[in-house]
Amino acid sequence: MSLVRRLARAREAGILVMLVLFSLVVGLIEPRFLSGETVRIVLLAIPLIMVAAMGEMMVLLARHVDLSIGSILGFSAIAAGMVFRDHPEWPLFIGFAVAILSGAALGFVNGLIVTLFRLPSIIVTLGTLSLYRGLLFILSGSKQIDPNDIPEPIIRMAQTSPFGIPWIVIIAFAVALATWLFLTFTQVGRQIYAIGSNPGAAPLRGIRVVPVTILVFTLSGALAGLAGIIYAARFGYVNPGITGVGFEFTVIAAVVIGGVSINGGIGSVAGTMLGVLFLGAVQVALPILGVSGFWQNAIYGGIILIALVIDRTVRAGGIRGLLARGTA
Amino acid sequence: MLRNKWMLVAALGASLLTGAAYAADPVKIVYIPKNTGNPYFDSIIKGFEDGCKKLGCEFTTVAPATAEATSQIPFLTAQLQRGVDVVAISPNSPDALNQVFDRARSKGTIILSVNSDMPGNEDHRDAAILPVDFTKTGPSQVELLGSQIGYEGDIAILSATTDAPDQNVWIAAMKDTLEKDPKYAKMKLVTIAYGDDDPQKSTTEAEALLANYPNLRGIISPTTVGVAAAAQVVETAKKADKVKVVGLGTPNQMRRFIENGTVDAFQLWSPYNEGLLAAYFAVGVKNGTIKNEAGTVVEVPELGKVTIGDKSVLKTQADLTTFDKKNIGDFNF
Amino acid sequence: MSASEQRQGVNQAGRESAAAKPRWKILLVRPESVTFVLLILATIVASHLSPFFADLGFILESSTYYIEFAIVALVLTLVIIAGEIDLSPAAMMALTACIFGTVLKAGAPVPLAMAASLVSGLALGAFNGFFVTVLRLPSIIVTIGTLILYRGLAQVLAGDKSIGSFPSWFVGIDYRMVGIVPVPVIIFVLASIALGLFLGITIYGRQIYQIGTSEMAAIHAGIRVRRIKMGLFLASGLVSSIAGLMTASRLGSVRYDLASGGELTMVLIVMLGGTYIFGGRGSILGTFLATWLLVIIATGMTVANIAINAQLTVMGLLLIVSIVATNWIYARSQR
Repeated sequence: MSLVRRLARAREAGILVMLVLFSLVVGLIEPRFLSGETVRIVLLAIPLIMVAAMGEMMVLLARHVDLSIGSILGFSAIAAGMVFRDHPEWPLFIGFAVAILSGAALGFVNGLIVTLFRLPSIIVTLGTLSLYRGLLFILSGSKQIDPNDIPEPIIRMAQTSPFGIPWIVIIAFAVALATWLFLTFTQVGRQIYAIGSNPGAAPLRGIRVVPVTILVFTLSGALAGLAGIIYAARFGYVNPGITGVGFEFTVIAAVVIGGVSINGGIGSVAGTMLGVLFLGAVQVALPILGVSGFWQNAIYGGIILIALVIDRTVRAGGIRGLLARGTA
Repeated sequence: MLRNKWMLVAALGASLLTGAAYAADPVKIVYIPKNTGNPYFDSIIKGFEDGCKKLGCEFTTVAPATAEATSQIPFLTAQLQRGVDVVAISPNSPDALNQVFDRARSKGTIILSVNSDMPGNEDHRDAAILPVDFTKTGPSQVELLGSQIGYEGDIAILSATTDAPDQNVWIAAMKDTLEKDPKYAKMKLVTIAYGDDDPQKSTTEAEALLANYPNLRGIISPTTVGVAAAAQVVETAKKADKVKVVGLGTPNQMRRFIENGTVDAFQLWSPYNEGLLAAYFAVGVKNGTIKNEAGTVVEVPELGKVTIGDKSVLKTQADLTTFDKKNIGDFNF
Repeated sequence: MSASEQRQGVNQAGRESAAAKPRWKILLVRPESVTFVLLILATIVASHLSPFFADLGFILESSTYYIEFAIVALVLTLVIIAGEIDLSPAAMMALTACIFGTVLKAGAPVPLAMAASLVSGLALGAFNGFFVTVLRLPSIIVTIGTLILYRGLAQVLAGDKSIGSFPSWFVGIDYRMVGIVPVPVIIFVLASIALGLFLGITIYGRQIYQIGTSEMAAIHAGIRVRRIKMGLFLASGLVSSIAGLMTASRLGSVRYDLASGGELTMVLIVMLGGTYIFGGRGSILGTFLATWLLVIIATGMTVANIAINAQLTVMGLLLIVSIVATNWIYARSQR
């Protein structure tokens, strides 16, 4: 336990150093990057990723992957948007509930298929990625939810709150805090780590792997659903063909760069938050540096691979260990 | 050689199945938009539907899920197999569909490029239906922004992708206008940003514009995704008084910003009329009442007379429509 | 539908016990026969859905849109039997095709540009293989990373532009016919036979199965596991660049978004063909049949004007149902 914790700490420190170095380098090239305005932009850009990343992190901790969160986000955003559009007289929380519950339901289905048939989650969620996108097209009748149909208070969530910081930022950090409390102080939370560290041994320790795994996928779906509301707030409209497409890769990149191991069992909320922050900083730095948006995907892919190698190196006990085992 | 023979056999087979197409049969038109779920193309579809109701043609529409270069091809082939007479399409690529178009035309199917043309590949389609005189888009947008900022100050452009053909033509015209017309001498174009028609990227790019250029007075965004993102960013940053946003957008997408005062005015044309004109043109050409050559006049009751231009290009209207607080209530698309 | 196919599969698989069975029995009692039955069913359904469907020339023409993925799926079948996976071939197709277009545009002759594309395909495959065999990272996540990276590099290389104007002899491979059969289909059939023989009768084929069944046992049996896996990833890169060139020829132009989402189609074909997702079982015959099943389903739905909404839904469902079914059959037969 203490070793895992120390590893996690070291990783968090590493990401923090990377983040600071990155900001300094960008700041050297383009001093405008180091301004309060940039902080504001980054803070506005990250809630969407952060909320979904907390869910994906838990999935990864349990040694699974959820590729369908982009489609779930789209589905939930459309479902909530339709409630807002077709029933403007209903209280707003119903829209929230619809988004979170529909996300949870789709996540539950993922978890059910993965555990019931013991299938690799990556293939199952590759299938549901397409399936859920198809369903959301059917649900929406291929119609966009226009800015007019998103209630004013929802859009204001991305702009203000009584505390001066936009609501979506507060929600994102609240979700992170809740995830941390859940993983640290509940038995189920700790069991997620145990399952990921050693799925075979988990049942021997009295952990009911199936329900916990299903719960993890359900939570991931619910958080993707909440991210759907944040999407509607930040961008002001929801399009069935655009909303959430490719989002899974951004989130996975954020989570693995945050030091969450793809092999399960290792990772922390703090690390994931730093990973999200790093990705947010990259996203904002590109246009400020005047780098073409075409680079964005290549950079995300590169980041994932580098994070994988770092992960492997740490596990093998440094580069020497990696090479020793690698050539064995 | 062999290929032609098989086409003949296929064509024969198709006509046998459909019960031999003779002149009295209604003209079958299919429209393939770039992708499904895009409200802009829904208006074009509405135009087609209304046109076909009046003309008695058979209209269907099918669309791929993504606007990727090849996604329309299977749909196109399937429609040809179904024996449609006219394929109207908003092509996702200026050249990737050439081979399929050629084969369709050799079977007598009419190919119309709707809403955008295929620059450099015009001889692979029969005609193009464009919404407006594209040479006017650039100057018109510059004037709209200029009138809002007193023809003075730093301005920026937020476009789609760096290689978007239509946008690049308009941007070149904007630059030209700003340089040559003394009226705009005090307006300075500081940068062109590209949001790739992606809401997230467009938003980040628009935010970067505000951060990078504190003296910015206006943003021109000649793309529907970009202009909505720019308006949203300006509203969020509470800079609507300082930075004016203009561009090309659809009324439904922009209504909120017009009504709450974030945006004073934006422009577009009528996608509905494109569908309408395309339907009249297609039926006329198929029935032989319209000759598809430069100078021919096509008459559409709701639109008036449209003259076929060079390279078989038809434009539904000459000038852009400006939408503002006064008239936005009249439009729903 | 799925219930009956599963029951049928179980009955067949129930009789199958271990590997030591006469060859005819191994060939007959396998999930491939489910695929075959489905293929016939799908053809009947599609013919009823639309009167325009039952036209061999049309089906063959439409098949060329999926054949490019299917050729890659043949190699992917070997990769999955060996217990690995490669999710990056569609991105490799795009990147290698864009390399072809860029080199050609720079003034090089077509053969040189093709060579550049093939070599880069090998290099991309080697890059995947390096992560998997040398750094020993799980291929499933490595190739998710390279999927994004390769597609991103294609975007960096070609931007949003369409690179075209290829010489006319290079364009239109799908319109070159042998009889009524387009050339890509011929290539696919030949590749299926070659890889089927490779997997079925060569020692390497048997070793691939052994690696997938138990990597530990394979190592102890003296099989050069890492070398074979590296070879498979190289083959995957190479075949992706071939498929990319075929797409470039069919379209007469290339763009960074070529074949996007193709990884789903490829995995779907392999899974529909009854290859076991955890390795050790599967066949080229299954992948071959599954290709035609997919062609029939996709073409049938498109020509019947079934909206893309329903198509996405069906494809997603098919993938899940097919792995669930295959998994179930094999799980039963292992007892």
